[in-house]
Parts: sequence; structure tokens; C-alpha cells
Amino acid sequence: MRDFAYSVADSLDQAVAADGTRRMLIAGGTELLNWFRLGVAAPDHVVDLAGIEGLRAIESDGERLTIGALATLAEVGEDRAVRAHAAVLAQACLAAASPQIRNRATIGGNVLQKTRCAYFRAEEPLPWGCNKRHAGTGCAALDGVNDRHAIFGWTEQCAAVQPSDPAVALAGLDAEIEIAGPSARRIIPAAAFHLTQREAADLGLDPAQAETRLQPGEVITGYRVPIRSAARSAYVKVRERASYEYALVSAAAVIELDQGVIARAAIALGSVAQKPWRLTEAEARIVGLPPTREALLPVLKQCFGDARPLADNGYKIAMAAGAAARAIVEAAA
Amino acid sequence: MNETQGQARPKLACRVNGSPISAEVEARTTLLDFLRDRLHLTGTKKGCNEGACGTCTVLIDGKRMNACLTLAVQCNGREVTTIEGIGSTDALHPVQQAFITHDAFQCGYCTPGQIVSAIACIAEGHATDGDTVREWMSGNICRCSAYPQIVAAVLDAAGTTEARQDA
Repeated sequence: MRDFAYSVADSLDQAVAADGTRRMLIAGGTELLNWFRLGVAAPDHVVDLAGIEGLRAIESDGERLTIGALATLAEVGEDRAVRAHAAVLAQACLAAASPQIRNRATIGGNVLQKTRCAYFRAEEPLPWGCNKRHAGTGCAALDGVNDRHAIFGWTEQCAAVQPSDPAVALAGLDAEIEIAGPSARRIIPAAAFHLTQREAADLGLDPAQAETRLQPGEVITGYRVPIRSAARSAYVKVRERASYEYALVSAAAVIELDQGVIARAAIALGSVAQKPWRLTEAEARIVGLPPTREALLPVLKQCFGDARPLADNGYKIAMAAGAAARAIVEAAA
Repeated sequence: MNETQGQARPKLACRVNGSPISAEVEARTTLLDFLRDRLHLTGTKKGCNEGACGTCTVLIDGKRMNACLTLAVQCNGREVTTIEGIGSTDALHPVQQAFITHDAFQCGYCTPGQIVSAIACIAEGHATDGDTVREWMSGNICRCSAYPQIVAAVLDAAGTTEARQDA
């Protein structure tokens, strides 16, 4: 790991001077240190956000939750108000990583983690390319190991998925991300914060390297989660071992029931694209159905017409439909 | 280059196992390397060095964390507890004794991290039954796969009645 200068910011003004490349921000560091070790990032200067007051609070005013970016995944997952008003987010935080990592990793940094694609994370130089790791070298996953890769929104340049669990919950909750920049503050809907490779290309950005709408110098300061008194929610994470593993697919469901049938639904899928994937067609079509697997699954399965599976990840369609159905059933329980 | 290049190395002042520590460190030094290479506290093990195995688990201000995912300079003003700060050869910590009683290790490499993690798991209230212990100890990998014995040891140390049946 290359050495760097280190300073502790005591105000946001100092934090927003970071460009994200030569000058980077650190909060928990659970992802950043691995980027440094892999050489994915090699900044001259690392600015620690830990000294900034007021970025760690979790508060509820009855209409919305506000969650500071420096709150850890453990703090968000165990917070009484989050569990009461946004169960899906608490569940997603506690399904992420391990207890040790959740005590360090922050909710602000979590959504900025990068893909777990084996080509991108390779420790030794491999004879295969990765456009995300080294621009212009190709995407070995397209014709290689791609069982964990995207079924939506990918391009010939990259088929990686975003692995964050909390991001999926935040997208399903219609949360907003609060962002501070060098000259202004702004808000981005959580469901629109990440970019698929296709969306990045359409914006004229590098489809393999651009992953979010965050601009150089900007920093996530927190989240706003609307509280809907009638909403119930749940997160389902499907993985190859029961704990401490990234998702094969995941599903966040936020629903409202009226007389035993679904009156409103939001469904976000994880690990199927480089962004939390809202299943908007299904959200409309399941209104009026009872929250049972028998009623939901046939309809959900019909809502993957846009999916473009690769050679080894076609299983994600059935698995995601099943995860979504289970999340709705669990939310309604 | 930028404004702080060429300046003195960052200073670290913290407490490790109750003793005040003051040192200059390269910013890139992880807490794990600082503990092992500078303080010669080699009980904290370096397994994967990427947060996947948990064998570097320490307590920072009482909370369990991976020392490999923590910069030493991030511990400024904090209290770090390693396996060397837990129990003694004359008076083992109850979790250490439970690991011996239940034969909860084979090669022993993961054991310091397992014990530190288990102490936190119990303090957090997550040592209530076998399934809960398995979930909340999942950040510590044991490649000898002594998991049934580890779960039994954690439950025993926590004073949980399920301890005897679970193994």
C-alpha cells in the first residue's frame, strides 16, 4: 500500500475539498483500505471524516427519519426508530458483512462500495481484462465467470453489480441521499443515485468506471427516509452461505395493505444490476393481490422481460422473483 | 504532491490494553500491523488481511472490529484491547476457559480473534442460543471447522442453558 498524507477534517468545508482520486475521504475505511491494498485507489492525501460533528445522528420527527452518513451499519440496524419505521433498512444493515465490519462501516460509505467481481478484485495481475480496474482492457466476465453478474443494464464494457444491501432498502423506501459539495448541497433519490453501465454510457460517462451520480468533491452527508404509517417492509437476502456473504440476489419490499390485499408496493432488487433495481412493472401489477406466494410469484415472474442474462446468471431471474415474493410475504406477516 | 507531503508522520496517541501508547506512524499502517510489528503484540493474527476471516478482531472502545480494516491513526484517542489484554495464564478469562473446556480449537490460529469476538458477542447480548451465536460469530472463520465446539464455548461462557445440548 502506497503511503499518503492524513488529516482529520473538523468541518464539511474541509471534506468537500476531496476530489475522490488524489484526495480521498475515509470514514470506517472497511472498503477503502482494500482499494488501497489492491491499487484500485492510491491517493496522496486521505481526509478522515470522523472529526465532523453531527453526521452520526439518527433521528425521527414522525414524518421522516434522518440518518447521518457516519452512523455505522450496526447503529442503523439496531436503532429503535429505524426498526419501527424502516424495518427493511434495519434488516439490510444487519444482513451485511460481519458484526466486526458493521461496527466500523458507515451507512454513507456503504453505498459507495465497488463490485465484488473476481476480475475487478484480482490480487495478482491476471491475463484477463477489467475495464473497471484498468480502462480499455476489456471485460473478461462477459465470456468468463459471470454467475454473479448483472442481468439488467450492463453493456459490453462491464457487467458488474453493486453489492450494497442498505442501498437496496433505501431505494425501496424512496429515501433521498443528502449530498454536500464544494459550492452547494443537493438531494438525489436513492433509487437514482447509482448508475447502470447503460445509464452511464447514455450520460456520456465511462460505462465501466462511472458508478454513481456523485461529482468530484461531493460527499454524502446523510439520508432522509419518508415515514409512511401504514407501510410494512422486509429485506430478503439470498446467498450461498447463511451469514457473512454477499447476495446472489436480494429483495426489498415496502408495501401497504388494505383489507387484506396490496394497496401500494415498492420492490427493489439487489445484485441484479449496478444499481438497486426497482421492479416498477411489478409494483403496479401486484396491487389488489393478496400478499401470498401463490398469488404473487406468477405475476412477478412475468416482470423480467427487460432482463438480459449472461451465460451463467440466468438463475437470477427465478431467484429474484422468488426473493421479491418472499420479501412481500414477510413484510405482510 | 500536496500541502502535507514532507511534514512529520502522523502522531498516534491511544491506549492499548490499558497502557498509554504514543508513536509516529506512517498513515498507511493498519492497526493490525502496528500492533504486531511495532508493539510486538502478535496474538492478533493476520489471516486474510482484507476483512474476510476475523482473526485480527480487536476491541476498539469496547466494540469488536477488524484491525486489518482500521488505520492505526484512526485509533487516536481510543482504547484498543487485544487478546494480550484479556485474562492471564494464572487467571483465564471465562471465555478462554470455556474454549479449553469445550476443545473449541484445533490449530489455534483463529482462536485469539474468536475469543475477542466472543467476549463482544456475549456483551452485546447475542449469545442467547445456537442459531444466534452462529449468526453473530459469523465474522470469525475457523478453517479447522471447530464451529460446534466454538458455539458451545460461547454459550457456556454466556451462561446459556443451551450450551451443553448444542455441541
